[in-house]
Amino acid sequence: MRKLRAWLTRFKGLFLKNARERELAAEIESHLQLHIDDNIRAGMSPEEARRVAVMKLGGVDQTIEAYRDRTTIPFLESMVQDLRFTLRQLRKNPTFGITSTAMVALGISASVAIFAFVDAALIKPLPYQNPSRLLYITGTTPEIPNGALSYPDYLDMRNLNRVFDSMEVYWQTGYVLSTSTGMELVEGARVSAGFFRTLSVEPVLGRDFYTGEDQPEAPRTVIISYAAWQKRFGGAQEIIGKPITLDEESHLVVGVLPQNFHYAPIERGDFWTTLNPAWGCFKRRTCHVFRGVTRLKDGVSQDAALADVTRIAKDLESQYPDTNRNQGVTVKSLSEVIVGDVKPVLLVLLSGAGLLLLIACINVASLLLVRSETRRREWSVRRALGATRARLVRQFVIEGLVIVIVGSVAGLLSSHWAMQILKGLIPTDMLAGMPYLNDLGLNSRVLIFALAVAGFAAALFSLTPAFRLSTLDVREGLAEGARGSAGKVWARIGSKLVILELTTAMVLLVGAGLLTKSFYRLLQVPTGFETNHLITMTVAAPYSTYGEDEQAAVTLGRRLVNEVESVPGVASVALVDTLPLTFNLNTAGIRFVGRSHEEPIEVLERMVSSDYFATLHAKLLRGRTFTDSEDSSKPRVVVINQTFAKKFFPDEDPIGQRFGNPKLDPTSIVEIVGIVDDIREGQLDEELWPAFYYPFNQGPGNGFSLLVRTEQAEQSLIPTVSAAIRRVDSRLSISNETTMTQRTNNAPTVYLRRSSTWLVGGFAAVALLLGLVGLYGVIAYSVSQRTREIGVRIALGAQRSTVYRLILKEAGVLVLAGIIIGVGCAIVAATLMRKVLFGTEPLDIVTFVVVIALLAVSALLASFLPARRAASVDPITALRVE
Amino acid sequence: MSKTEIWQGTLALMILKTLDTLGPLHGYGIARRIEQTSGDQLSLNYGTLYPSLLKLEQEGWIASEWGTSENNRKAKYYKLTRSGRKQLAREANEWNQTTAIVARFFEPVEGQS
Repeated sequence: MRKLRAWLTRFKGLFLKNARERELAAEIESHLQLHIDDNIRAGMSPEEARRVAVMKLGGVDQTIEAYRDRTTIPFLESMVQDLRFTLRQLRKNPTFGITSTAMVALGISASVAIFAFVDAALIKPLPYQNPSRLLYITGTTPEIPNGALSYPDYLDMRNLNRVFDSMEVYWQTGYVLSTSTGMELVEGARVSAGFFRTLSVEPVLGRDFYTGEDQPEAPRTVIISYAAWQKRFGGAQEIIGKPITLDEESHLVVGVLPQNFHYAPIERGDFWTTLNPAWGCFKRRTCHVFRGVTRLKDGVSQDAALADVTRIAKDLESQYPDTNRNQGVTVKSLSEVIVGDVKPVLLVLLSGAGLLLLIACINVASLLLVRSETRRREWSVRRALGATRARLVRQFVIEGLVIVIVGSVAGLLSSHWAMQILKGLIPTDMLAGMPYLNDLGLNSRVLIFALAVAGFAAALFSLTPAFRLSTLDVREGLAEGARGSAGKVWARIGSKLVILELTTAMVLLVGAGLLTKSFYRLLQVPTGFETNHLITMTVAAPYSTYGEDEQAAVTLGRRLVNEVESVPGVASVALVDTLPLTFNLNTAGIRFVGRSHEEPIEVLERMVSSDYFATLHAKLLRGRTFTDSEDSSKPRVVVINQTFAKKFFPDEDPIGQRFGNPKLDPTSIVEIVGIVDDIREGQLDEELWPAFYYPFNQGPGNGFSLLVRTEQAEQSLIPTVSAAIRRVDSRLSISNETTMTQRTNNAPTVYLRRSSTWLVGGFAAVALLLGLVGLYGVIAYSVSQRTREIGVRIALGAQRSTVYRLILKEAGVLVLAGIIIGVGCAIVAATLMRKVLFGTEPLDIVTFVVVIALLAVSALLASFLPARRAASVDPITALRVE
Repeated sequence: MSKTEIWQGTLALMILKTLDTLGPLHGYGIARRIEQTSGDQLSLNYGTLYPSLLKLEQEGWIASEWGTSENNRKAKYYKLTRSGRKQLAREANEWNQTTAIVARFFEPVEGQS
């Protein structure tokens, strides 16, 4: 306590230095006066009295010095001096200060942002109790490794297993929610009653499902997510016990899930109801729609669990050979299911960011060395004047710390922004499957990481020049331009590092270039229709009215088309079951009439209304399209795409040919009446598949997509179109209202390529920047080492241009080495990238040439600065000073 | 003890004892008193007294305030605080013990010499 007070007063002394010193002076003055008085009283002359008094007091300066050491903290005081000095130095040379802090900020920003993702996805535990004991369990077949379970199989496994504390299943599903404004499609799942208990999640409001609440006779209840509670019900407590209508059935709201709850396999899990085993699917061993979550018994390993459920699956297979042939089962840890996909990507990104950070730090250290070299005389002078080595080293440490602190603060601030950019690269659809990214941000773990990184940088920055200083010989530094061996060592290491940096930049630039070109090529792929001015939306009609009654569905289709076509600005309207650019799925097995082939042929099958091809502006190659009057009373007809025609009718005219289902049932036989140019049904980078289109009126459904061709800006028409649809039947639910352009931009293949292009491009840009700064640092260092030599050369008559050439040659060697090694590595990297490239050769000459030119030109610029300084060396100063 | 060598701890003890005996006193007075008490055997640079005074004040053993001397000069007066009094008792005790121990080494030992 006493010590603390003493230190506090001394600390105060740091700031009240002048007041204290004035007081001491007064005290000493009074002391002298008292002494002089005494002396005079003893009979001395005033002069003598003063002389004796001053002599007796001793050196006033030493007293004040000793006193000052006591009144303040000398270490801190000189530290404040050093800090002021450092700031003055940095202000004197702002380029250095800005460059180095920007480097640090860049490195820290990138690595902290990516670490935040790693933290959110991989480090932060899942919001369940003891998540490592949770397993995800699904069915498998030889063709479908990641299938689903049937309900009877689940019941058997739940009852027969010896490894699980509990086993629950869920069925991911959408519901039609009735709201005051109409119908809306919402997402969620039907779960067995113990689902939340198995995850150890308790509702924040209301209750969990009771055991047995998933039986047919139980009243229908629903648990809603926190987000849905806030958004749809205003977070009102009274929601518990209120009925809501899902799929035309009333459900009582019994609980609200915690805010941090998420179950990533079910994207946007807003409404959770219980399974209702009264439905047909629950009785059939062939209806595979359920996925399971289990909690392992204590001490049971995942392998043991797999062995046990496999045993049960084998038993079931022999017991029910008709339905369970080849039906296997597989388990995975739940966390692997949730974050397994992003783990490798994140780790690669993190190591990339770490590498950039390291390069950035080394660059700044190299810049610091350059500075320490130019200030060698200053150090030597200070040393000669009696500054201790520790004091000089401290000066370096403070300089390093200032750069690190300013850089880290800037980096941390911008990392928040970098996180948003990175998150923006993930499309909304994909983000819905990554709920753990919701609370991405600067939490304590991320801050600790940032602190560790900053500490590392600070250590590196203060140690490098300090190490250089330890070899500094005062006499040498003062006298002549003799260069210490450490300088040469650094020049060698530094130039190797620069080559490495340039190589990295080269590889990343080539990668970014190839990805950019692939992306461009992808967007150039012909789609077979015009994508602009197209509105798309999904419409679901109630099954009770339109599901079984074909005539009602046909009428609905006609009324919808008419009603929407009457909207001003709409050119034409069509219905289709699967929009183009979706996937090469929804296939049918067919068999041609009059041909013998063993296996039925798999082709794409699409249900379209009569104006479909006209609305898309697809090109009819031969024959005709459908008319609106072609319904089930007329002969069944289809239109095929060109790939279909080429593949199955290479030598004959397909028009008039017929095919049917694999058994060639007479009712299934259809006749080909037209051929359209290929409309891309799958993703842009997928191959074209044979496809046939049949009239909506000859086999309608109660769920379909609406395609609306507009005359101008389509986005603004969406609400009017939706209103028109609701006018037809208010029970229709509308979802996924968007435009074809947006759909194309957000298509998985497009956004994956766009994101990876931006990411690699970003990394490449940073790597290039770092490489250039590194090059600048090494060349500048070399120039500072060779000032004397250059002075001599100029004094002996060397032209400025010769000096330029001398320095640029030195830089050129490094750049050339970087480019040559870089091209070698880039060729390897590009070859490895072959699979992700689209329409671009890995060894694309244009990309390589552009990258080499870019690297060479920017490297030239970076080395031009030190070269100019070298050329402007004044021989007289150089020779005299050095 | 050489006339000039006087270590810090001892000086502090002397200051405390002086203030204890004489009550509030200015720096010059303390210095003179120490010299006189030592029978002029100790001669110290008066200046060295001030860092010691500051240290004691920072420790909280003495307190200071400006006052007027008997012949009407402004001077800074130091006085012993309560904890200073305790500290003095402690240090005096320690000092006595130390000197007693050291003294024992110089007592003539029976049987030898």
